[in-house]
Amino acid sequence: MKYKSLVITNPEDLMFGIAPYPVKTRRGLEIGGGQVYAELNFTLPVMSINNNTLQQVYEHYREIAEGALERALHLNSKGVVLELETLLEMTKTPQIGIEIVKIMNEICEKYYQKHGLASEIRLTPNDLREFERPAKQRTSAYLEPMMELFEKGMIEGGDLLSIESTGGKEVSDDALMNCDIKTIVFALAVLGVRDMQFLWGKIVALANKHGKIAAGDSACGFANTAMVLAEKKYIPKVFAALVRVISVVRSIVAMEEGAVGPDKDCGYEGPFLKAITGIPISMEGKTAACAHLSPLGNIASACCDLWSNESVQNIKLLSGMAPTAYMEQLEYDARLMNQALIAGTVPSHILQQLLVASDVYTDPQALILSPENVIRISKELLKGDSYVANAKNGALKALDIIEEALASGKMKLPEMETSYLPILRDELNSIPDNESDFIEMMLPVIDKSKFILAEYGL
Amino acid sequence: MEELLEKLLEAVELGKVDFKSPYPPQLKGQDGALELTIKALETGVGPQQILENALVPAMDRVGKKFSENKIFVPQMLMSAKAMGASMLQLKPFFTSGEIKTKGTFIIGTVKGDLHDIGKNLVAMMVEGSGWTVVDLGVDVPSARYIEAVNNHPGAIVALSALLTTTMVNMGEIVSDIKANLSTTKVFIGGAPVNNEFCQKIGADFYAPDPQGVVEYLNRIAS
Repeated sequence: MKYKSLVITNPEDLMFGIAPYPVKTRRGLEIGGGQVYAELNFTLPVMSINNNTLQQVYEHYREIAEGALERALHLNSKGVVLELETLLEMTKTPQIGIEIVKIMNEICEKYYQKHGLASEIRLTPNDLREFERPAKQRTSAYLEPMMELFEKGMIEGGDLLSIESTGGKEVSDDALMNCDIKTIVFALAVLGVRDMQFLWGKIVALANKHGKIAAGDSACGFANTAMVLAEKKYIPKVFAALVRVISVVRSIVAMEEGAVGPDKDCGYEGPFLKAITGIPISMEGKTAACAHLSPLGNIASACCDLWSNESVQNIKLLSGMAPTAYMEQLEYDARLMNQALIAGTVPSHILQQLLVASDVYTDPQALILSPENVIRISKELLKGDSYVANAKNGALKALDIIEEALASGKMKLPEMETSYLPILRDELNSIPDNESDFIEMMLPVIDKSKFILAEYGL
Repeated sequence: MEELLEKLLEAVELGKVDFKSPYPPQLKGQDGALELTIKALETGVGPQQILENALVPAMDRVGKKFSENKIFVPQMLMSAKAMGASMLQLKPFFTSGEIKTKGTFIIGTVKGDLHDIGKNLVAMMVEGSGWTVVDLGVDVPSARYIEAVNNHPGAIVALSALLTTTMVNMGEIVSDIKANLSTTKVFIGGAPVNNEFCQKIGADFYAPDPQGVVEYLNRIAS
């Protein structure tokens, strides 16, 4: 790993709205520069996307952007990010995604010119490569439309570039269901890292070419899948917490390749990235219950720079359209955090402590996200000489922290959870620090029909 | 004989695949499902008896424990592996027709969707309850479901989807199946769908979880 030391070493400096390296945008947002902005994410209601429905699709996005910015304006918003996370058809046929960016950007520009409301679009093409099994990460014909959407979409106004890339997911899905921590390390720290290097090199080059912002990736398909499975009681929460920590070594590769933030909302590994690299991050918590449940409702906002809702369908609620309603919720949360920042260091720390204390001992996944624990784990994530060693060390530290919390009586977990702790520790300890040794250990036991080694440069 | 079947039931329930398997720790050094099935057959226990008195009740217990949140999926998967080891020994008797499953269950994730975690869980639990499972994989169009039913007359079909943009494909697939094979029962499942959607698209059954599918199938079988 390129990073050898933390940019933020004091937990008290891991604060919402403040990042050591803020990101300035075209219309004047300074993300991480002293205030929290809302980041609204949305999607279509249940409908097909085809030639017959295309005008309806465009109308939905027009309505979403107009409704959200009008509400933000009414609430005296200081700035907004709108995330367009494209659906399969919008990336496969990039002209559709590009047209949506254009529509949304015109509305953003209108509110900026007419009312001075600054907003930017985060453009997040979905990773089409996962639609081939086994995935062809480097040679897929799907790469071309994805990159076309990135490039033409950023020209049309998608200023912040992100993706939830899926390299290694074909291996991690089964490993999650089997609680197989060694294969998770292989999927994220070996396959995921290699794919991130490949993909983010391209994204950063495009962003630099057009003067746009390479923002960051999210291990959503890995660690959020684990979180959701744990919420359903399919897998242990302690395992999901470790998957989150391991995902850091994969997601940080975007920054190593030149991404500058704000990291993507559904990447709950964001606090670790912020501590290590100093970039601003987007986070989501209670406001994302419209998309998925989580045990991180309040603590997720402890050091966010953008505050998001993950995704909501454009459907009618009693108050109005759902994205407009969520815009309001995000704005009020951001307003509270910003008021605390204006009031000074002590009030902002009190608010942060309340956000942390209300969740921290309720779930191991929340526990690892407290600023103190983020710093402790992040130090371990940098200690080794390989991504594999760092993933292992970080996960072992997370295990220590979970066991400390249990021993102190502050956190309680049922026996069916705690029985996994020694198993996970033994499995982690059996991982060699040297990456080649680890690959040699894993290749004979992994189902190689699921992935293509050459597609990862192996 | 009873004792052997009881041991086999325990081995499958706790996920003890074979003698050398380290899991579960409390059965270390003991025979697993593989050895116990071989012994049972050698001592004259009928294959149908093995299936009905050991394997199916074991997986039934596992399914119940899972639905009561007493075990996690990995433990259930270990039980499925143990059952698989036993089933391998019984395979010749299925082929010869000496033992029969409760029926055939065809499952796949609908076209446009590649999410298969939920589908795999359902397939595993249904197989464990004594059904023959034909897993069509992911991104499955109507034609493949229809082809599979033609190959397995009387089979029940299950469609899975995770995305709101792919659940709409379920309606088209249900229509195609019903148009070609009007008596075929079609189940649906997945995060974005519900009973109301099931009725709207003309499917026959919706279950919110794998255990719900198993319970409904077993009601049909009985």
